Amino acid sequence: MQLTQKHVEYWHKNLVVTGILLFIWFVVTFVASFYARELNSIVILGFPLGFYMGAQGSLVVYVLIIWYYARYMNNLDLEYGVHEGEDD
Amino acid sequence: MNSDLATRLRKYYLAYTGGFMVLIALLALLEWQGMPPRWIGYAFLFFTIMIYAAIGIMSRTANVSEYYVAGRRVPAVFNGMATGADWMSAASFIGLAGTLYLSGYQGLAYVMGWTGGYVLVALLLAPYLRKFGQYTIPDFLAARYGGNAARLVGVFAAVLASFVYVVAQIYGVGLIASRFVGLQFEIGIFLGLAGILVCSFLGGMRAVTWTQVAQYVILIIAYIAPVALLSLKVTSVPVPQLVYGEVLEKVRVLETQIFHLPAEEDARRRYQERADAYGARIERLPASLAEEKQRLSAVINERKLDANASMREVLALERQRRELPATPEQARAKWGEAKQAAQERASVPSHHAEAFPGASEEQRNAARINFLTLVFCLMIGTAALPHILVRYYTTPSVREARKSVFWSLLFILALYLTAPAYAVFAKYEIYLHLVNSEIARLPGWIAAWGKLGLVSIEDINGDGLLQLAELTLNPDVIVLATPEIAGLPYVVSGLVAAGALAAALSTADGLLLTITGALSHDVYYKVIRPQASTQWRLVISKSLLLVVAVMAAMVAAQKPATILSMVAWAFSIAGAAFFPALVLGIFWRRANKQGAVAGMLAGLLMTLYYMLRVQFDNLPWLGLHGIGMEPWLEVQSTSAGIWGVPVGFVVIAVVSLLTPPPPQQTQDLVERLRYPHS
Repeated sequence: MQLTQKHVEYWHKNLVVTGILLFIWFVVTFVASFYARELNSIVILGFPLGFYMGAQGSLVVYVLIIWYYARYMNNLDLEYGVHEGEDD
Repeated sequence: MNSDLATRLRKYYLAYTGGFMVLIALLALLEWQGMPPRWIGYAFLFFTIMIYAAIGIMSRTANVSEYYVAGRRVPAVFNGMATGADWMSAASFIGLAGTLYLSGYQGLAYVMGWTGGYVLVALLLAPYLRKFGQYTIPDFLAARYGGNAARLVGVFAAVLASFVYVVAQIYGVGLIASRFVGLQFEIGIFLGLAGILVCSFLGGMRAVTWTQVAQYVILIIAYIAPVALLSLKVTSVPVPQLVYGEVLEKVRVLETQIFHLPAEEDARRRYQERADAYGARIERLPASLAEEKQRLSAVINERKLDANASMREVLALERQRRELPATPEQARAKWGEAKQAAQERASVPSHHAEAFPGASEEQRNAARINFLTLVFCLMIGTAALPHILVRYYTTPSVREARKSVFWSLLFILALYLTAPAYAVFAKYEIYLHLVNSEIARLPGWIAAWGKLGLVSIEDINGDGLLQLAELTLNPDVIVLATPEIAGLPYVVSGLVAAGALAAALSTADGLLLTITGALSHDVYYKVIRPQASTQWRLVISKSLLLVVAVMAAMVAAQKPATILSMVAWAFSIAGAAFFPALVLGIFWRRANKQGAVAGMLAGLLMTLYYMLRVQFDNLPWLGLHGIGMEPWLEVQSTSAGIWGVPVGFVVIAVVSLLTPPPPQQTQDLVERLRYPHS
């Protein structure tokens, strides 16, 4: 296929947003778990923070990451004219 | 047209959910009127399986695209629900809360791992696989890497990982049927088999998708209802996920009180003595085995002479003597287990929320490493299990595929956010009401589940009170018995059974389709007989489905003991075999056939090698002996993927760079994947 400047830019933006979101994913998963003992000394509403991240906090961040990615990319498709035609 | 379908579907499923609620209310009323519990159990199983069968029959199909990918018409929300049911297995439904109860923070590795993997699915795989738009995951490997080698390695890994997993589901069905309805375990298994087959056999992916949506509704209601009622009782707020922090705090206070009670310390000391005694006995093998036999014989003879001794006591002693291990090797294994069990009870329990507990810095570090590696393997495995990835072939567009991952995770979170709350509420009830109460007056559920071997108590210090150290719970019992622990009516127990059944059946359906898809589409149609007619392909596919399902049921009927670790292995196997090849196939144009085949094999072999050598010392059926090895960095066999996945990536990269780049045609394919419309 013939790649235009637009295609290259689109792919580059996709890689950037993917990279940033993966970095956030890495931090809430591995960095937060690594320091769970330390985070546990902070207690909010009965939840030690380290425990809370593993049980709820990180999970909510995961959902937000996926939601943001879908929204961002679906808009980017339109902006760069690479969206599919037939569906809404 | 698409939004039309979505509206119609919403209407159907709302009506269905309402109908299910009415069924629950009706059964509750009947229970109140005096209907016996056994009948409520039957009613739940009968009605739910009838619903699944009805959906299966209504969605029967003879069209290949409908059979493999539901005609690619499944709207994002419904695909999300179906993925949720596909994903949440018997292990999630029954086992997870119990694991969290028993291991506290350490169990959160499963909660994070089984949800965070969807970030990888969303960002790295789902949209591209949808753009590719074929039928199976090996299809993608074949198209991207050319030729059948990559396809066949993919088929092998897909079948290996999925088969292990499907056996565990069918096993779960057998357990539920035998516990709640009182059927024999083997009969339960074949009943479950029938439930699975009515859907997948007639309508393939199409029937399975619509059934899974129905199953999701049942399983989520069944999972949340008991703990919401428990939460209402304890905190007067029926949203357990929000308020369990305060209960966790109460649990911490109770733990601090209970752990150091003199009676607890006494009980633990006695377990320590028992562990030491077993240890000493093992040291003196084989002499100790003969001594033990002599000692029992002496006691029996003495008892027989004693006029006051009861016949029962003598019989019990004789049985004990009969059951003594026959050989020193058996004695070593049996006493080793007994020593281990006593040792576990002898140690001071750790606080529920404490991360990486351990007596020394080394133990804490090992716990941390195992937590992080397990999270890693479960996430990569989630993003590589074929039965999940294939679901993103079924949406109408790339756009919908992206949204669908969001809905999938949202629906999955409904369960995963509840499970930790479940564990905390159950722990609170048990610590508050059970520990330190009189053994003679324990509630009925202890005896009922004790008969099935899921609960055991032993008054080791003979004080007539139940110490925490004297109570042993099987992880499965937490979810299954919570309705009784909380004193809820039996209809809630029946609901839980129906939910667990839905979880097991829906996952088994998805897995069976993946296995038969790989065998019939990838092996038979693409490799053996490319000229096969459409109709013949479906005949082959359906026959294979039957054969694989019966084989899985036969394996499950053997009650394999290592079933739970086998499920965890499936994640490492799938992760190491698929993840590097899929991700590099999309993001690195230079990855070629030689690299992919070598990388998949290397990752798979590395994982299997580590797993087998760390887990087993002997594999008699392979003729291997003395292969056991010390784990590297204390990583357990369930996290073997931590070695396999990087090996896979490195080998693909190195071999690809050493061999010629893939043909232009393949590079064009990679370009096309990256743009939804091109």
